[in-house]
Amino acid sequence: MITRALLTDDRTGKWFLAIVLGLAVVVPLLHLAVPPSSPFHISTATLALLGKYLCFALLALSLDLVWGYCGILSLGHGAFFALGGYAMGMYLMRQIGTRGVYAHPVLPDFMVFLNWKELPWYWYGFENAWFAFLMVMAVPGLLAFVFGWFAFRSRVTGVYLSIITQALTYALMLAFFRNDMGFGGNNGLTDFKDILGFPVQANATRAALFAASAVALALGYLVARAIVASRLGKVLVSIRDAESRTRFLGYRVEHYKTFVFTVSAIMAGIAGALYVPQVGIINPSEFTPANSIEVVIWVAVGGRGTLAGAALGAVLVNFAKTTFTTGFLAPYWLFMLGALFVLVTIWLPKGILGTLYDFWARRRPAEKSAAKSETVPQPAE
Amino acid sequence: MGRLIRLLLLMGSLLVAGAGAPQQAAAAPEDLAAGLALIAKDSFNDTITGIYAIARSGAPHSAALVEALHDRRLLIDTANQKVFYRDTAGAVRDAQSNDVVATPPANLTAVRLNNRVRSAASAALGALSLMNPDPARRIQSAQAVMKSRDPAALPVLEAAIAAEKLPNVRKELQLAWAAVTFSKSDAPLDKRQEAVALLRDAGTRDAVSVLRSLPADTAAPLREATTSAITSIEQRLALWGYAQNIWYGISLGSVLLIAAIGLAITFGVMGVINMAHGEMVMLGAYTTFVVQEFFRTSAPGLFDYSLAVAIPLAFLVAGGIGVAIERGVIRHLYGRPLETLLATWGISLILQQAVRTTFGPTNREVGTPQFMSGAMEIGGLVITWNRLYIVIFAGLIFVGLLLALRYTPLGLHMRAVTQNRRMASSMGIRTGRVDALTFGLGSGIAGLAGVALSQIDNVSPNLGQSYIIDSFLVVVFGGVGNLWGTLVGALSIGMANKLLEPYAGAVLGKIILLVAIIFFIQKRPRGLFALKGRAVEA
Repeated sequence: MITRALLTDDRTGKWFLAIVLGLAVVVPLLHLAVPPSSPFHISTATLALLGKYLCFALLALSLDLVWGYCGILSLGHGAFFALGGYAMGMYLMRQIGTRGVYAHPVLPDFMVFLNWKELPWYWYGFENAWFAFLMVMAVPGLLAFVFGWFAFRSRVTGVYLSIITQALTYALMLAFFRNDMGFGGNNGLTDFKDILGFPVQANATRAALFAASAVALALGYLVARAIVASRLGKVLVSIRDAESRTRFLGYRVEHYKTFVFTVSAIMAGIAGALYVPQVGIINPSEFTPANSIEVVIWVAVGGRGTLAGAALGAVLVNFAKTTFTTGFLAPYWLFMLGALFVLVTIWLPKGILGTLYDFWARRRPAEKSAAKSETVPQPAE
Repeated sequence: MGRLIRLLLLMGSLLVAGAGAPQQAAAAPEDLAAGLALIAKDSFNDTITGIYAIARSGAPHSAALVEALHDRRLLIDTANQKVFYRDTAGAVRDAQSNDVVATPPANLTAVRLNNRVRSAASAALGALSLMNPDPARRIQSAQAVMKSRDPAALPVLEAAIAAEKLPNVRKELQLAWAAVTFSKSDAPLDKRQEAVALLRDAGTRDAVSVLRSLPADTAAPLREATTSAITSIEQRLALWGYAQNIWYGISLGSVLLIAAIGLAITFGVMGVINMAHGEMVMLGAYTTFVVQEFFRTSAPGLFDYSLAVAIPLAFLVAGGIGVAIERGVIRHLYGRPLETLLATWGISLILQQAVRTTFGPTNREVGTPQFMSGAMEIGGLVITWNRLYIVIFAGLIFVGLLLALRYTPLGLHMRAVTQNRRMASSMGIRTGRVDALTFGLGSGIAGLAGVALSQIDNVSPNLGQSYIIDSFLVVVFGGVGNLWGTLVGALSIGMANKLLEPYAGAVLGKIILLVAIIFFIQKRPRGLFALKGRAVEA
């Protein structure tokens, strides 16, 4: 019911949800039910790759929510993604049990290796799936809440905010690289065995994880859509376009910003948590500032402030990355990525979807839609 | 001289006793001929006795003979029982007269060596080198004695101290004497007290380790003196340690200043976050590399002057590319700082990859000119020349920039545009041109930073990446549009980093600093020295 109400004005959204949920059914079927000899069969590698794209799409969606609709350019969203991933990784580590190299019943291998005697307190509880899944959302959410609370209350905006979010992910990267942090240092967490009792490597588990990622993306879209279509969403857009004016009108700008930043961080954390079992590893390089900036370009390519466009951009750019970083074009990938940054910002500031919207709007000027005019971002900084 | 040699003999004989060789009668002068006669017998025990005989003979070439033995250049004519040696130039000399023998006998054999003989030769040489004519050699052997704390060296040391003229060598010898006397449990108490005083005044780490070696069962007066000496040295060392850390802080601060100051200009004047700034630094470093390669191949003699060419060239290369970036990309993005950030990030990726494909992904070797290598010591402070030059270089750039902003027409225009772009434009300032030149200036200074950093860091395509975040923090911390803010920001971040390091470790210190800066920005969102006025909230 609510979904229908949300989507009445959102044709793109209907398509988007149809495609994503369709993928959630079709891809696992093609992987499990179609024999490998058939041309329609999807291999394990492709399945993992597609699952990875969907996680990235959810991450891009979460960034679009804050950047596209609230003008907060976070260069540290990778940090929330990685924190969610680590929470999931810790759960998966605890599931290994005695099957590790050192066969210690409680301690993960790297702790035995580092001569740790007992589990650090922050690892308690991660043997329970419900606790770990709660932490996947709570840790990034709490960090974003605290960070946002301080930053937005003292009116840190624009590039200053971008720089300190970058400093945040950089500091976390340095911290997680340390061995005595108790997160596996350089190597991170890997060598997972089971998730919820099912073997991680099994085809059926992989298919289920893929479907879960697709469903999470669809839910993420609905939540984001619910936020931007609500009254609250209108305030967010007005903050993006004229922050001081919104404040003078009596809105507590910092509350709105903190709220949307926290929601977005939770979505990023979930994306990270789904990403980890599919790629089988989480390590501190996920915190690299460069990673977080790359997320921004996914959103910019797909269309800032279009939600579906962000997901589209994530899939397109990552598809290009997979294609070009293997094979003879590999040395040129960074040239392409760099050029993409420059060209998109100069000639395609609205991204693919934003430009398409403009095109349709010009073709059918009679058909007026509130959703369309709203989705065209007009940054006013 | 004769007395010295007698003492030397004493030392030698004691050493031999230590090595388990037959006990020699102390200080009985024998002459060179007797020693050589013993060696001519070519039995190990006789050779050892012979070495000491030679060492105490006082012959001017005795050291050369002992060295020759050690290096298997001492030769015997077994038929005639005569000894010769081949000098380092290769000529054969008579061991007795030290005359060059034009036609050496045909059947010369080298004196046989074993470990006992070798160590006896080394001991004799060590004693001889405490009186070596070369002061550097004397200092070296004094330090060796200080390390070994061999009581046998004591008489020789005393003799050497009495004969020493150069104060700095004398100091080393005294220190060695003090170390030996202090460790010798049967030395008279007043001598050992004197030794403690000497060690305390020296105040080095070596001195502490000597003092620490005192056995626990030593009598109270000496023990107390030792403990208080250790405390006093450690206090002094801690003080020097602070000074050293402050110097490291200044040094790091100047590096940060040099890397960030160009950014401060572009950010301050144009509000542009230039993510490719680090790559400008990298290009400067690679320019230095190319210039040095050129000098290496075509004018190796002028290598020390290569930096004089590299500095202006790096400025031009980085500045030129900066202007091109501004005209080509950034110009289209004014008023959209976040988009500029993304576009310049893209440019930085392209530049990095371009350098990687041209020069390869590995570190390139950039040489240090003669006058910049090495270090100087002030008390307990070690200051390397290249760091000192970088501090000076950073200071020069800072002052130069300050003057340029204050007294040149471009500087005037830049300040006008910083304060109020639209007003400046209305007054007839071509803001577009000012933007391009400002960006060029900022990038050019980044190029200069590259020249400086090439001297202390690895020149690789990732050079810029490692400085970019720190540079941003410096600018944001210091406050935009104010060079003094950048100076204070750079120095305080550098200093805080280095003062935290000893307590928290390098990585944790850095994390603490990052978190502190994040909190600081909450308190003062526009930095230490924020611009005031209407332009700020625009």
